[in-house]
Amino acid sequence: MNPATAYRDINFLREKAKAVRVEILKMLAEAGSGHTGGSLSATDIATAIYFYKLKHKPEDPGWRERDRFILSKGHAAPLLYAVLALSGYFDVSLLKTLRKLGSPLQGHPSSKSLPGVEVSTGSLGQGLSIANGIAIGLKMDGLDSRVYCLLGDGEIQEGQVWEAAMTAAHYRLDNMCAMVDLNGLQIDGPVSEVKGIEPVDMKWKAFGWHVIDIDGNDMDAIVKALDAAESVKGKPTVILARTLKGKGVSFFEGKVKYHGIAPTQEELRRALKELE
Amino acid sequence: MGEMIQNTEHRTQSTEKKAIATRDAYGEALLELGEKRKDVVVLDADLSGSTKTGKFAAAFPERFYNIGVSEQDMVGTASGLSLTGKLPFASTFAIFETGRAWEQIRQTVCYSNLNVKLVATHSGISVGEDGASHQAIEDIALMRVLPNMTVVVPADGAETKQVIEAIADYYGPVYVRLGRAKVPNVMPEDYKFAIARAHIFNTGKDANIIATGIMVSVSLEAAEILRSEGIDVGVINMSTIKPLDSGALLKAAQSSRLIVTAEEHSIIGGLGGAVCEFLAENHPMPVKRIGIRDTFGCSGTPDELMKLYGLTSDDIVKTIIQCQ
Ligand SMILES: Cc1ncc(C[n+]2csc(CCOP(=O)(O)OP(=O)(O)O)c2C)c(N)n1
Ligand SMILES: [Mg+2]
Repeated sequence: MNPATAYRDINFLREKAKAVRVEILKMLAEAGSGHTGGSLSATDIATAIYFYKLKHKPEDPGWRERDRFILSKGHAAPLLYAVLALSGYFDVSLLKTLRKLGSPLQGHPSSKSLPGVEVSTGSLGQGLSIANGIAIGLKMDGLDSRVYCLLGDGEIQEGQVWEAAMTAAHYRLDNMCAMVDLNGLQIDGPVSEVKGIEPVDMKWKAFGWHVIDIDGNDMDAIVKALDAAESVKGKPTVILARTLKGKGVSFFEGKVKYHGIAPTQEELRRALKELE
Repeated sequence: MGEMIQNTEHRTQSTEKKAIATRDAYGEALLELGEKRKDVVVLDADLSGSTKTGKFAAAFPERFYNIGVSEQDMVGTASGLSLTGKLPFASTFAIFETGRAWEQIRQTVCYSNLNVKLVATHSGISVGEDGASHQAIEDIALMRVLPNMTVVVPADGAETKQVIEAIADYYGPVYVRLGRAKVPNVMPEDYKFAIARAHIFNTGKDANIIATGIMVSVSLEAAEILRSEGIDVGVINMSTIKPLDSGALLKAAQSSRLIVTAEEHSIIGGLGGAVCEFLAENHPMPVKRIGIRDTFGCSGTPDELMKLYGLTSDDIVKTIIQCQ
């Protein structure tokens, strides 16, 4: 395993998460556009996946036995790019090309242009089906690799998510771990006001999933949940990660507005100071 | 059902062979492919009896996934399977496959250029009695517009079998459009299908008919009638609609005064659209399109519907005579 990705302890992961947030903010400010809030809310989850849980080889992105991570909420591309870069898939200096003409770092992840991106996403609601197909394929090949799929709480208003939820339960995909970033916000406002999803835990349970409900910005809780998911047999697991949108930067936290706008240079300066 | 097609007695070498629906040929082809290749996985959306994937399901239950009535999820799951190196075939009725799951096909299958084979049955009005809700007349247009997508419409059972074999050896997204009704065998014994290669039965000076799917047989019949009246008409089976065999099309265009397209699909965006786009830019000339004229289908026997929507050999004959 790549030394950069080797897990040491919770503090190591917390520091990594901080580094990931710094990269997210820097690349967004440089790009001048992109999705800040949902990248920051899921930073702790993605950090735990890439630097603690995922069985992968950044130097060999096509390694057959790797675990897979599917970013169903593709607009959190800056988060994916940050964890990929810090894992060693490509040079961190590439991050500043985000959203620029000719860059492999497309506005939403494109698997054709960037190694480490398993499949192109950006249109919400599609990732879980893809993850299921991968999970089935891995099982057919007798591999014990696992599939992680990150969704947004607004995203689960998409009907296809629930089609896929049924499929995963029906085919007993216990190598599947979905994670819902429950930051409570979507573009037009709070999820509860736009179109409520509660009781979200009961929904997943009713669809045949094992449900783990956690504070999704608590690294310790995330690590424990990821471990627990692995021991669930005969059914898929969903981690309901209750997070704060914009987490880590006080003036972005809990603000609907910062879903899809990038920090200005001035905001970046203040944000980096807070993260220090 | 399928009477109209059984009645068409054009005299090709293979007319005597038993007429079968292209969906039946698909069922058989999948079975053979599944035997040969262990990476083949088949998905369906609760229509395996009708799409004929049920045969594969019975033979290889461990490689068949019924995703239920959820076409978007089926396409997504097939995409995931392709990402693990499997060769997924996903089937349902043409309108649900290409209509309901269009954006999944665009965003996931085509944008990521995945090796997913979308093979749909029950295309066109020859679906018959089920009516407009089940008659896909827009599917060629919907698939043709997608980057990375290949679109194939076989003319008969034998060609269908070859198509399934050929696309299994080709990497990338493919849409295959099949039908419910029986079609006579029209392709010659020694015919060999290749993606993007049209079959030229013959070319004529007065008109060349570019046909696809079940309209190939209808066009051959029309050409024969016209020839008996002294009008020199050729027929080309354009089974790959994307990429279009531009060489064959150009040859047909240069050798005649009129091009007629014939498809069991809307005249907008399908074969007729593709041919017009190409000719307008490369060889402007008169074109007549035989197809569904911007309207929905309805219930009836396939035979009745082919008459109602102007898709018989008589309709082609009249169109060509009017242009002489
Ligand atoms: C199918 C689709 N519809 C609409 C959008 C536009 N869109 C991008 S993000 C978003 C809101 C998503 O909310 P949520 O899933 O809660 O994301 P998060 O809060 O984690 O950023 C919308 C509607 C899209 N990308 N895809
Ligand atoms: Mg949200």
